[in-house]
Amino acid sequence: MNWMDFDTALPVVFMALMGISMLVYVVSDGYDLGVGMLMHRASDAEKDVMVASIGPFWDANETWLVLGVGILLVAFPKAHGLVLGELYLPVALMLIGLTLRGVAFDFRVKAKDTHKRTWDRLFFAGSTLAAVSQGWMLGRYVSGFGSGWNYPLFAAAIALALPMAYVLMGAAWLIMKTEGPLQERAVAWARTAWAPMVGGMLLISMATPWVSATVRGRWFVLPEFIALMAIPLMAGVALVAVRGLLHSRVVRGPLCWLPFVLLIVVFVLGFLGLAYSIYPYVVIDQLTIWQAASRPAALKVILIGVCISVPAIIGYTVFSYWVFRGKTNELKYA
Amino acid sequence: MDALTLARMQFAANITFHILFPTISIGMGWLLLFLRWRWLKAGRSGEPLRAQGWLDAYRFWTKVFALTFALGVVSGITMSFQFGTNWPGFMEKVGNIAGPLLGYEVLTAFFLEAGFLGVMLFGHGKVGERLHLLSTFLVAFGTTLSAFWILALNSWMQTPAGHEIVNGEFQVRSWLEVVFNPSFLYRFTHMLLASALTCAFLLVGLSAWQILRGVGQRSAPKVLRVGLTLAALAIPVQIVVGDMHGLNTLKHQPAKIAAIEGVWDTERGAPLLLFAIPDAQQRKNHFEIGVPKGASLILTHQVDGEIQGMNDFPGAHPPPLPLFFAFRIMLGMGVLMLATSWLGWWLYRRAQWQPAHLPRALLWLFAGMTFSGWIATVAGWYVTEVGRQPFIVYGLLRTADVASAQPSSMIGLTLVLYVTLYLALIVAYVSVLKYMAEKPEEALEPGMAVLPPTPAGTTPTAVQGSAA
Ligand code: HDD
Ligand code: HEM
Ligand code: HEM
Repeated sequence: MNWMDFDTALPVVFMALMGISMLVYVVSDGYDLGVGMLMHRASDAEKDVMVASIGPFWDANETWLVLGVGILLVAFPKAHGLVLGELYLPVALMLIGLTLRGVAFDFRVKAKDTHKRTWDRLFFAGSTLAAVSQGWMLGRYVSGFGSGWNYPLFAAAIALALPMAYVLMGAAWLIMKTEGPLQERAVAWARTAWAPMVGGMLLISMATPWVSATVRGRWFVLPEFIALMAIPLMAGVALVAVRGLLHSRVVRGPLCWLPFVLLIVVFVLGFLGLAYSIYPYVVIDQLTIWQAASRPAALKVILIGVCISVPAIIGYTVFSYWVFRGKTNELKYA
Repeated sequence: MDALTLARMQFAANITFHILFPTISIGMGWLLLFLRWRWLKAGRSGEPLRAQGWLDAYRFWTKVFALTFALGVVSGITMSFQFGTNWPGFMEKVGNIAGPLLGYEVLTAFFLEAGFLGVMLFGHGKVGERLHLLSTFLVAFGTTLSAFWILALNSWMQTPAGHEIVNGEFQVRSWLEVVFNPSFLYRFTHMLLASALTCAFLLVGLSAWQILRGVGQRSAPKVLRVGLTLAALAIPVQIVVGDMHGLNTLKHQPAKIAAIEGVWDTERGAPLLLFAIPDAQQRKNHFEIGVPKGASLILTHQVDGEIQGMNDFPGAHPPPLPLFFAFRIMLGMGVLMLATSWLGWWLYRRAQWQPAHLPRALLWLFAGMTFSGWIATVAGWYVTEVGRQPFIVYGLLRTADVASAQPSSMIGLTLVLYVTLYLALIVAYVSVLKYMAEKPEEALEPGMAVLPPTPAGTTPTAVQGSAA
């Protein structure tokens, strides 16, 4: 492949953009889905604070999913059909989950007080359904949609592990955004979720090479192997640091943001590992980036839009987090 | 049922549910900007009482907007998956055209909305008045822009232009022609007006309801006036634009018009059918009631103008029955809107904008029309979309050729899930609107400025003000 050739590089650029959107989605909607899954453990007053802490963000967070799937659709139409065809049912279930929680979010404060509980339950149920479906989809995707007894088992394990990772993110978010008793409880929640999340990461890292010879071939060769070990090692260090922080006092004080940031680092590393495994495929062992891509002419048109809007998106995302920085207080329409 | 029919039903269910909310949010964004401006203006000219009324209105309708927007977002996310799951062949063949248009919708518009929505809804007091106004403007502009791109795609599918077909794959020859294809400007204008009308009747209906219930006294009379004025101004324009739209369709999609008018054989001086039951099996109409030569007159502006019939398009005309009725429902709504808004405006002015002097029957009529915009809009879309059948890109690509290979049991199962969810959500949306309208003070009055020392939201009043 000739890297000087712009037309050949274009699909790779779009692949990177799509991957990054998906990563940002998983991290950002991850914490708000996690907060949703923690809802049923909180008191009514705490629920309001929890919802307020994600109020200004969840909409923009979900938009990254739209962008990721949008790029898959417009830049890799063949893969879009294949992937979404394989994942037809979990996609539908995820959408139903996201719909339920998105609306419950709004309805819970606007409906009659007697209905509020129902909406809270739907908020929890929707968040969980969405997270579990995403876990299942991730499991099916990274194992190349294989068939055999071991594949569904693997997907099922990820379907349980990913929600746990989200819960951990959600708890870390609450540690950062709240104070007092709720923060205390968030620390406890985070401790509970830590072990399953670590287990899930281990499982993915070990199972992916197990199910796919291609992935095995890419990781377990010298000298790459040595350089690549940095990824799991760093992730391990970050996870241990999170564990340590959860047992210290600083996490309630000045370092309340650190677990959240460390978890983002873990997600980024996990993403890099996965990306390395899968590249240059869009669907492991079935479809490469170039086989799946749209024509360069169409990609160029989209690229112009991307170059204008992505910096703007990043700019106002930063702006919006800055406006709503600090501990959560009451949200009000004004 | 076969997989194709189910896939079509599923797509239709999803897009129908989706369009309900954009229709409101496109117009409402601009209306909020207007309400905010009125509040600023009244405040500056030192009329605190009037200012308070506008502020109440702004706050109340912001809540409605937030609720609507949320439903638009979640159903829109579903839409972005629907193309791939239901019509995989569509993107493979038309991806070079549909891809960038959909991509631009997502990139430029959604992010503008989703990003500034947080600031617009909750940022007051955290950012300055100017920045806040700017956010509101950007949200309104963003919704309109997304309508622009998505309608460009839809219009292109109706009246394709600016492309060439190489080895069965569509490629762009001129983007300008693709976007500004022959039906685009009609469709875009028609849709924006539809949105304005839907919002106008929502304003009218809910404030009439509030007046009937004796609540929201500071704001409801003002909002009623805004809604009536907007409706009275927009509806005649909509009717003219709709007529032009129809003429344009006659030029580019004569088979659709034949089905709308229930014309089987090409004829001169075709009657305008007020009622009939077109029968696609026997290829004739039952129970015709018509105005002689009416259709020719409306469509060609000549008494004996020629209208092509469906028999001229064997195997390539849409099913007449749904088109015939959907079109008449839309038209009926249009006429009803004209009558209601003009009569209402005139009577309200005569009552010197004092709702207490309005006949209660009129207020009930207003309340009954709350969702008339939805009915007209959905009916209009069914005319457009069913009227494109059996093609997905008019005249060039058949729907059946791009459908997915999912087993029908799978599509059927998800269809049932979606429809159940949607029906429940529509009921919830309407009842929450009603509840909010009846208890506006709960939304407005709480001591919102005071932050409790304990975590926010622990006092019952603060709960009402908190979160989206
Ligand atoms: C004429 C208006 C119109 C029409 C016909 C459509 N949309 Fe839409 N859509 C909007 C106008 C709009 C909007 C007003 O811009 C929304 C409502 C709330 C929002 O976020 O944007 C929206 C939301 C919305 C979202 C969520 C965006 C977000 O997360 O903020 C997606 C993914 C789509 N739409 C996708 C579609 C697709 C694939 C359609 C075509 C089949 C479609 N929409 C038809
Ligand atoms: C403007 C954006 C829209 C686009 C790009 C779009 C595109 C499509 C596509 C791809 C299909 C499936 C293929 C087909 O059956 O031809 C379809 C069908 C359909 N759409 Fe739309 N649509 C849009 C808006 C709407 C809206 C707002 C509604 C309703 C309120 C609607 C109602 C329908 C219906 C009822 C069908 C099924 C028609 C049939 O299969 O007989 N569409 N549209
Ligand atoms: C009474 C006057 C009206 C006339 C003559 C009229 C005419 C039309 C026609 C001919 C179409 C089909 C265009 C096509 O072939 O694709 C259409 C579509 C549509 N109508 Fe109307 N219409 C009227 C009123 C309304 C009203 C009151 C609303 C909503 C408030 C509305 C909303 C729509 C929408 C959303 C569509 C589909 C989108 C589009 O293709 O533009 N219409 N209208």
